[in-house]
Amino acid sequence: MNNKQKILIVDDSEMNRSILADILEDKYDIIETEDGVECVAAIQKYGTEISVVLLDVVMPRMDGFGVLDLMNQHHWIDEIPVIMISSESAQTFVERAYDMGVNDFISRPFDALIVRRRVINTILLYAKQKKLTDLLVTQLMEKEERSNLMVDILSHIVEFRNGESGLHVIHVRMLTELLLNHLFNKTDRYNNLSREEMAMISMASALHDIGKISIDESILNKPGRLTDEEFEIMKTHSMIGAKMLSEATPYKDDKLVQTAYEICRWHHERYDGSGYPDGLKGDEIPISAQIVSMADVYDALTSERVYKKALPHETAIQMIVDGKCGAFNPLLLECLQEVANTIRDTLAKDVVALDRKRAKQNVAAEMLRNNQISASERTLRLLEKEREKYKFFAALTKEIQFEYNIDPPTLTLNPWGTQKLGLDEIIMEPHQNPQFMAIMGEETWCAVKQMLLNTTPEKPAITYDCKLQYNGELRWHRVIARAIWQEEEEEPIFQGAIGKVLDIHDSKQRLADLERKANHDSLTGLLNHASARKQIIEQLEGHPHEKYALIIFDLDHFKNANDTYGHIFGDEVLKLEAQKLKDSLRTGDIAARIGGDEFLIFLKYADEVEPIIERIFNILIGKYEDFEFTVSMGVVQTEFFDNDYETLFHAADTALYTAKRGGRGKYRIYTSDMADTLSNTDASAITEIESNDPEHQKLLNE
Amino acid sequence: MTLEECYAALEGSYTDAIGRLRSEKLVRKFAIKFLADPSFQLLEDSLASQDYSEAFRASHTIKGVCQNLAFNKLGNSSDQLTESLRGGWTDAAAGLVEQVRADYQQTINALRQLDAE
Repeated sequence: MNNKQKILIVDDSEMNRSILADILEDKYDIIETEDGVECVAAIQKYGTEISVVLLDVVMPRMDGFGVLDLMNQHHWIDEIPVIMISSESAQTFVERAYDMGVNDFISRPFDALIVRRRVINTILLYAKQKKLTDLLVTQLMEKEERSNLMVDILSHIVEFRNGESGLHVIHVRMLTELLLNHLFNKTDRYNNLSREEMAMISMASALHDIGKISIDESILNKPGRLTDEEFEIMKTHSMIGAKMLSEATPYKDDKLVQTAYEICRWHHERYDGSGYPDGLKGDEIPISAQIVSMADVYDALTSERVYKKALPHETAIQMIVDGKCGAFNPLLLECLQEVANTIRDTLAKDVVALDRKRAKQNVAAEMLRNNQISASERTLRLLEKEREKYKFFAALTKEIQFEYNIDPPTLTLNPWGTQKLGLDEIIMEPHQNPQFMAIMGEETWCAVKQMLLNTTPEKPAITYDCKLQYNGELRWHRVIARAIWQEEEEEPIFQGAIGKVLDIHDSKQRLADLERKANHDSLTGLLNHASARKQIIEQLEGHPHEKYALIIFDLDHFKNANDTYGHIFGDEVLKLEAQKLKDSLRTGDIAARIGGDEFLIFLKYADEVEPIIERIFNILIGKYEDFEFTVSMGVVQTEFFDNDYETLFHAADTALYTAKRGGRGKYRIYTSDMADTLSNTDASAITEIESNDPEHQKLLNE
Repeated sequence: MTLEECYAALEGSYTDAIGRLRSEKLVRKFAIKFLADPSFQLLEDSLASQDYSEAFRASHTIKGVCQNLAFNKLGNSSDQLTESLRGGWTDAAAGLVEQVRADYQQTINALRQLDAE
C-alpha cells in the first residue's frame, strides 16, 4: 500500500516531466500527463488525492490556462493547489496565472531545491489552510446564528436593564467560561459536554437575569435591604425568565434557548436544596446553572450595588468557599479556588475592552472569510448565485441536462444526469469514452452531431428521438438541444451545444398504444376502414405491378340475428367472423371491418385469384349457437384495373351487390358488364330482395 | 569528453546546470536524454507543413528544456525563434530557424560525443 502523496505533473515535454519527476519522486507519487485534457481526466480520477498539480502553460489540445479555467468552473482549484511552471515570465502572464488561482509560479530555468521546497510548502500550507477554513466557517456560522438570536431576545430587555448589569453580564460570562473550562479539564464527571455545548453555556449565561425586567424598579433598585415581601417578588425573576424563554416560540427548540432556560430557572438553586424556585439538590441542578450561579454570586459580591459596597476579590472567594452565600458543588468550589488568581487578573483588566477585542476578532475573522470577494468580483458572485439557482432548479426537474463544448471536446452533465447515467460529471472527448458511447451508440452520436452542425444561429434548436442503453435497459429518449454558434466572423463557428435528454419511453409506448387503438376496430381488433385504406394505398403505390385482390363481404341476414337474439349476440357473431377471417389470411394480407357487418380483405396473389377466394369464402361460412350464416362477397382484381383505391372499392362493392342480387351466399368477381347492371338498378332492388327473403318474411309476420 | 567539456562544446553553462539540478549524475542523465527528445523533429515537421502554432509550441519546449539544462546557446536562439513565432510566421523567423538548426547540430554533436564515451 502506497501512502505517498500524489503529485500531478502536466507537461507536453517528456524531458520536462522527467526532470520534475526525478526531483520529486523519492518523496511523492508522480502522475504524469501530457496535456490539459489528460490533466483534467486525472483530476477527475484522483480528485483531492492529488496534493498538488505542477502545470505547464503551453501545451497542445488544452493549455494550462484552459485547465485553470475548468478547475475554477468546477471549484477544484479550491481544493487542489496548482503550481504553474513556465518559461513565460512576462508580468501579465504571471499575474493572469495568480488571478486564476494558482498558488505559486515557478519560472524556468528552475532550481531543483526550490521546486522541492515550494511543493512542500504548498502542500503544507494548503492542508493547514483547509483545516483552518473549515473550522472557522463552522464556528462563524454557529456564532452568527446565535448572536442573531441573542440580539433578538436581548433587544427586548435591554431598555429595562440598569447601567451596571451590562458589565455584570460580561463578568458572568467570563467567569462561567473560566470555571467551565477548568472543570472540564479537572474531571471527567461532566465530559459528556461538547466544546460546542460549553460555548453555549457561556453565551446563555448572559441571559440569566432576563426575568428581572418584570420586577418593579422600586424593588430592583432599592438602596436598602428588601422586605420579606419584596424579596418574594424578587425571587420570581428566575421563573419569569424561564417562562419568557419557553414562550419564545420560534426559538424554543433551539439548544441555546434550552440552555438559557435551565440557567434562568435554576441559577438560584443551591447544592443542598435550599435555593429557589424548585429546591433542586446536588446534580439535579444542571451544571450550567450551577456554574452561572457561582459566577453570579462572585460578581454580585465584588461589584458595587445601590445597597452595598464592592468587596475585595479574596473576601468574596472566601465567603463563597465558607458557604456564606449558600451551598455549592464541592467540585466547583475547588475549581473556584484553583482559578481564583486567573479570575482576579482577568477581571482587573478592562473587561469591556477585552470583550470588544473579542468582537473585533470575530469581525476580522469574518472579513478573512470574505476576503476573496472584492468589489470587482461582484459580477462573478452574482453569476455564481445564478449558477446556484440554476443548479437548484436543475436538480428538481429530474432531467438529464448537458453542455457540450467542441474545443476541447468536453461534455458536462448535471448531477442528476450524472447519477442517472452512472457517468462522470465531466467527460473529456466523449466520442472516445467507452462508457459514454455504450449508452449513446455511434449512430445516435453521429446523428445528433450532424443535426447540430446543420443548424444555423437563427434556428439553433433540434429535437431527436433515440434509444439510450443504460441500467440494463434500452429506452426511448428525446434529445432537445440548442447549438451554440459564435458569430463574430462572417462564417459562424460551431462552439458546442446545451440541452437536455428526456425519457419518453413510457409516453412513446402510450402513444403507440393509442395509435394502435385509433387504427383498429375495438370490437373485432381488425383494422378500421380509414387505416386499411391508408395501408392499401401504400401497397398499391409501392408495388404498382403486383397483383392484388380487394374483397368486400358481409354476413347474410345479419340484421335478423341482431333483431332476434339482440346486439350482444350480434357482436359475438361479428367477433367469431373476424376470428375466422384472421385465421384464413396470410401475413401481409390486410383485413378490416368497414361497417356494421361489412368486412374488407386485401391480398396479393400470384396467378389465379379464384382458388384463394374460394378457400376464404368457405372458411367464412359458419354457425354461432343456432345462427347459421353465410356471406356474400364481391371481389375485384387490380390486374384488370388502374390502381386507384376508390375505383377498386366501388368495383368490389358492385360485385358484392351483384352477388346479393344473385341470391346471396355467393361470391362474385367483378367484370365490366356489372357496371351496367348497377347503373340500371336502383336501391329499392335490395330492399326487395330483403323482403322476399323467407326468413325475413317470417319475422315480419310475427 | 567530460560533462564539463561537453558543456563547453555546446556553449552552455556547466556550473548553472549543476547548481540547478544539484548533481552531476542528474545533469548527465538529462543531457543525454536530450538526444532522444522529439521536440526538434516536431519543429522541423511543423515548419515543413507550415503549422506555425505547432512550430511555436515545439520551439517553446526546446527553449524550456535548454533553459533548465543551461544549454545556453540553443536556449537563446530557440527563445528568439519562439517569440518570432508567437503570433504566426514572421520574416525574422526564417533566419532564426537557421540559427536554431545550427545550434541544435552543435549541441547534439557535443552530446553524442559525451554519450559515446
